[in-house]
Amino acid sequence: MTVLYDVPGPKARRRSAIGSVVGTAVVVAIAVAVVLRLQSQGQFEASKWEPFGDGDILKALGKGALATLRAAGLAIALALVLGSLLAVGRLVGQRYVRLFATGFIELFRALPLVLLILFFFFRFGDTLGRYGALVAALALYNGAVLAEVFRAGILAVPRGQSEAAAALGLSRAQTMRLILVPQAVRTMLPAIIAQCVVALKDTALGFIIAYPELLRTGQLIYNGFFNIIPTAIVVAAMYVTMNLLLSRLAILLERRQSRVRPVVRLDAAEAPPVRV
Amino acid sequence: MSVLIDQFPLILQGFWMTIRLTAIAALVALVLGTVLAAMRVSPTPPLRWAATGYVELVRNTPLTLVFVLMVFGLPELGFRFSFFARAVISLSLYSAAFVCEVLRSGINAVQPGQAEAARALGMTFAQTMRTIVLPQAFRTVIPPLGNLLIALTKNTAIAEAFGVVEATGTFDNLVRDFPGSFWALFLGTAAGYVLIVWATSAALRLVERRAVVLR
Repeated sequence: MTVLYDVPGPKARRRSAIGSVVGTAVVVAIAVAVVLRLQSQGQFEASKWEPFGDGDILKALGKGALATLRAAGLAIALALVLGSLLAVGRLVGQRYVRLFATGFIELFRALPLVLLILFFFFRFGDTLGRYGALVAALALYNGAVLAEVFRAGILAVPRGQSEAAAALGLSRAQTMRLILVPQAVRTMLPAIIAQCVVALKDTALGFIIAYPELLRTGQLIYNGFFNIIPTAIVVAAMYVTMNLLLSRLAILLERRQSRVRPVVRLDAAEAPPVRV
Repeated sequence: MSVLIDQFPLILQGFWMTIRLTAIAALVALVLGTVLAAMRVSPTPPLRWAATGYVELVRNTPLTLVFVLMVFGLPELGFRFSFFARAVISLSLYSAAFVCEVLRSGINAVQPGQAEAARALGMTFAQTMRTIVLPQAFRTVIPPLGNLLIALTKNTAIAEAFGVVEATGTFDNLVRDFPGSFWALFLGTAAGYVLIVWATSAALRLVERRAVVLR
């Protein structure tokens, strides 16, 4: 029960009941209007949905989903490596290394992914191919974002930990490897998985350079069958399923890690920025 | 290099379009996101379900897919909007889900003791919300809302594949016309984005410093 207001009396209860009914009615009305519109424009006709009962179409969608996962997987793997290098460079590097890492991170975080994809596609498309151009752009962008996640995670480990390591005579590299990173990784896992979801969603930008991922496969289908809305619904359902499974994995990992009590807790105010 | 100077008005026009897309979509997303957040904390279950469903659905859908649905799907339903309007609709429907989450966590971040104290002082619900809870929630949400604004600025670039010639679209067109000046065009466009993003962050830092009070 909230403390914001007193226990409602009969008048207030009636008022809030009316509000609930009106609010629900508005939401239902919007939903009904959308469905009616889809109906009146013939979007529920069998011919628009029949393709999705066809084995070849389903196989094509599966292939598209696989291509999406392939691009996302490689991009995330590369981004994790790049991100760690940049984070370490920014945290403990020499002055020039630090400067370079900071500049690199700030630059690539500020550029739209589409611009990066076009850059690689136009300039190196001949050698990299569409797949390579998409993966390279995703890896650079997500690497820069992950570097900041890693840095925040390392910095969130209490000072006492690295001081204790120094007192025990561990070198800076040992402190990083044995003390800071293992503790930081636990706190960062949810943020890392969230970034993986973002990367998976962003592979859909391969659509723009016609890399045959899931959305592009959808385009080929709706161009053939003139059923853009049904196709978009099916493709969206596939994306949502993939991403929910990935988020589910994050929850599982989180539960596993919380058995081993982490020393570090990211404060809400220090949590890495919302990723879109 | 000379291409940048010769085509400067065109490039500027592109960035002006980027800024317009960002500004209008940000306003619409803020309004829509506030409504969704209100629904998510409301005492009526159906409203909560609807808002939660919307947020979960949109957060896990690629923005490019939203663009496809709005740009090619809306005309099928008999709605004839300009490409610009359809881009704004896509961007704001997508961003609203994230705004909703930020606002909701902001309201939840205000400690219950604050509201309890206000109630103990005899304040009404409206007074508690207006003078105690919302001002504190507002302060916590400024940094994440700023991040959303920057993300939105970068997301407008997707509109270039859907009939809106903004900064990235201008780059795309100019590279096809002047393939020899690829690097100058890329670096010029990149510099423009970096400038916009950094100016936005600087402005946000100023607002934050004024508004954020550590608790």
